Amino acid sequence: MEKTLYLWVGIFVCAGVAALFMLALKVGNASTTFQTGDAYSVNAEFDNIGGLKVRAPVKSAGVVVGRVDAIQFDGKKFVARVTLKIDKRYPFPKDTSVSILTSGLLGEQYIGLEAGGDREMLKDGETAKLTQSAVVLEKLIGQFLYSKAAEGGEKK
Amino acid sequence: MVEPVLDSLRGVGHRVVNGIWRLGYASGFLLMTLVRSGTSFQRFQLTIKEIYSAGVLSLIIIIVSGLFVGMVLGLQGYETLQKYGSSEAVGTLVALSLTRELGPVVAALLFASRAGSAMTAEIGLMKATEQISAMEMMAVDPIARVIGPRFWGGVISMPLLAAIFSAVGVFGGYLVAVVLIGIDAGAFWSQMQNAVDFRQDIVNGIIKSVVFGFAVTAIALFEGYDAPPTAEGVSGATTRTVVTSSLAILGLDFVLTAFMFRGI
Repeated sequence: MEKTLYLWVGIFVCAGVAALFMLALKVGNASTTFQTGDAYSVNAEFDNIGGLKVRAPVKSAGVVVGRVDAIQFDGKKFVARVTLKIDKRYPFPKDTSVSILTSGLLGEQYIGLEAGGDREMLKDGETAKLTQSAVVLEKLIGQFLYSKAAEGGEKK
Repeated sequence: MVEPVLDSLRGVGHRVVNGIWRLGYASGFLLMTLVRSGTSFQRFQLTIKEIYSAGVLSLIIIIVSGLFVGMVLGLQGYETLQKYGSSEAVGTLVALSLTRELGPVVAALLFASRAGSAMTAEIGLMKATEQISAMEMMAVDPIARVIGPRFWGGVISMPLLAAIFSAVGVFGGYLVAVVLIGIDAGAFWSQMQNAVDFRQDIVNGIIKSVVFGFAVTAIALFEGYDAPPTAEGVSGATTRTVVTSSLAILGLDFVLTAFMFRGI
């Protein structure tokens, strides 16, 4: 009796731990989150980050190569300073352009990296020079309306 | 003329004072259980026995309900998401609602009615048949010997049950969405993995279930220990266990959710 009871409790605990592992690895993203030891960080400054959030993916050619680690406001230059953690396996050249893109029409925002032709690679803690801010929908519509109005004025 | 009004006022005051007294008594009881829980770990076979009766015997109801909850979520989610042409997101919906909310909460509600009520009835009956007094007579501390192992058995079982509930629920959602409806399995899993964060969603769900396990077991044990030693008293205490712990689970869930997911 005592033996079977222990057996059942053992099975129960194993099932619980297995369920936790299944949740962590199969359902969650613990398998894709790499440790900070395997990554190097690169800074980038943007005039406007739009709706970018910490832990947003960093993609190059559509493949996730890292995550956004931190977002801060630089009070001296009045720009947003975004720290990216990029997988050590993927070094990027110094003139890589960093832009904030949107997946889908209204989807979440992510960072897109486009490699340049420089021979030197970005080192840990370095700042990427070429950046492109997020597209703000209101500004875009404003510009569109402005150019339309200007066109109308010319015709008359 | 004035007498009935005064009486009812007195009744209200009596109830309030009584409620506060019970709260204090319950806190003292919980503190004593924690202080004297050394026995539960020194003689761990006592706790294992309680894990068996609280956890293993609740497995069937947890697994079956988890499966059905996941399947219903899959069907309902598909029905709605299909209108917006994003039926692949059904995996995200099932996994997020299970790991964040339904897993811990529904598992805790089931745990309260399956294991909590049994605990209350058992201890209430022990008290009614004067087994607790007999233990005290033999210089055996009933809180260390009877209450402690049950408490830790419940607290250990609850997170495991909630994890099993969530995992089985996700599997149920998979059965409905992929096997029955025919959504692409790769899209189902990859969208789910993109949306579910280990720290934010899964660990928070586990924290919730630990808190619920603590609350439910403490309430069940206290109600049993405090039950009037009559048949009526034990039945009333069992009912109170289920009602109070269900309310405690839902209230605590709101508080924890407000702490965990605020500002996201």
